[in-house]
Amino acid sequence: MSTIVLLLITGLGLGALYFLVASGLSLIYGLMGVLNFAHGSFLTLGAFAGWEVARRLGADSWGVFGLALVVGAAVGAAFAALTELLLVRRLYERHIEQVLVTVGLALATVALFEGTWGSDPEFIEGPAWLRGTTDVAGAPVPNDRFLAIGAAVLVLIGIVLFLRYTRFGLIIRAGVENRAMVTALGIDVRKAFTLVFAVGGAAAGLGGVLASQYFGYVSPHLGAQLLIFAFIVTVIGGLGSLTGAAVAAVLVAVLQQFANYYWGYGDLVVVLLLALVLLVRPSGLLGRRA
Amino acid sequence: MTEPILRVTNLRATVAGQQVVEDVTFDVPATGVTAVLGRNGVGKTSTLKALLGLYARTGEVTLAGERIDRLSTDRIVRRGVGYVPEDREVFAGLTVAENLRLAERDAAPRRELVADLFPDLVRRSAQRAGTLSGGQQQMVSLARALLNDNRLLLVDEPTKGLAPKIVGQVATALAEAAATAPVLLVEQNLEVIERLATTVVVIDAGRVVHTGDAAELLDDPDRIQRLLGVHTSENAA
Repeated sequence: MSTIVLLLITGLGLGALYFLVASGLSLIYGLMGVLNFAHGSFLTLGAFAGWEVARRLGADSWGVFGLALVVGAAVGAAFAALTELLLVRRLYERHIEQVLVTVGLALATVALFEGTWGSDPEFIEGPAWLRGTTDVAGAPVPNDRFLAIGAAVLVLIGIVLFLRYTRFGLIIRAGVENRAMVTALGIDVRKAFTLVFAVGGAAAGLGGVLASQYFGYVSPHLGAQLLIFAFIVTVIGGLGSLTGAAVAAVLVAVLQQFANYYWGYGDLVVVLLLALVLLVRPSGLLGRRA
Repeated sequence: MTEPILRVTNLRATVAGQQVVEDVTFDVPATGVTAVLGRNGVGKTSTLKALLGLYARTGEVTLAGERIDRLSTDRIVRRGVGYVPEDREVFAGLTVAENLRLAERDAAPRRELVADLFPDLVRRSAQRAGTLSGGQQQMVSLARALLNDNRLLLVDEPTKGLAPKIVGQVATALAEAAATAPVLLVEQNLEVIERLATTVVVIDAGRVVHTGDAAELLDDPDRIQRLLGVHTSENAA
């Protein structure tokens, strides 16, 4: 029983990280039709920014850790907004070029991060509580899992409230349905594009700081490591569906944890799940049917 | 003679490399309803979309003397061009109220006018637009345009697929709209044209083949047959 509880909560923690990356990917694709392969770089830069804050100001303080989360999110948002303004904006409706540019940016930034921080993982520290465990039904669950889950739930609630109760949220929801008609109402939808990139980048940057706690290190490859599963989550959940991304993130991560523990084939099971969803429900669990 | 509100000169448009508007030149008077007529597939809707910048286009388009052919769609609309698209294009996942709120671009949107014209929409403000009937969706689409103070309204086949009773309501709403701003109307229903239009522009194979007074054309069944390929009740008799 304790093993199942441990696997379940660890899976939820991993799912929280997948969601923090996938939420931005899903919103960006839903509104702009852009498959952003550079999204992992937002996460990695956010993680390094948070690590730099902790390293310079003292890793064991909760205040510094909170600041690291804020800085990680802000850096991720700024990097994402600049990516949209300087690179992606010129390439709307040019999907092949978008893929080439975002893949190129992802490769270039990994090289840049390696040149700046080295290619080896930097092991991190944090407040003592995060290194400890909490007993849940006899299972010693690492505390950082609870933090990741709590943060992802707050991000989900925050994005849902933003989409539901702000004018930009209204523009984004309408734009996901019919971008051309939004412009035909006199709305400059490009501002919403930049904002969605920034929101997605902030979630990824926050995810970067939390992922470095979850895995215990930060490395130039952290983003790429999570990005592939975030893409799978985005497709399974339904491109453009935030709720779909949340459901799929939990499903994929929990399944992966159980499959890894019992059979050692967690990644294979995730790919098989992706294939099954694409065969049975190509638009994803909560995506709009074509 | 007063200056036209819209002057279109040698407009050409392409979609995915395919020429959909060949060479269109016409004026829209500063008052009344100008109807764009033509057989199916001749480029009427494409002409409206090209005017609005939704399709890639060349040529010259002026709105009250100002060139707008190099502006993006949102900037053209913010200069006072309202658009009611073919097939309504309401945001199905948004409520009626959200569809209308999204369309408000003026500091003082004309909510009372819209409520008077479409009281049913007030009752259904919390309903998702995707669950409305075709006629109700058309009202949302018209209401979105009428909320703002327009210098010109582009309206594309507003009665397409609607029941006769709803067609009458839509025509009434358009008549009210035409009292506040000139309308460029794409429409197939000749009864609606007869009721609303003052001027007609007939397009064939992506080019303008006739412009003139609406009543004059509608009184000439042979010409209607030749230009539009439809029989009116008069020439059928």
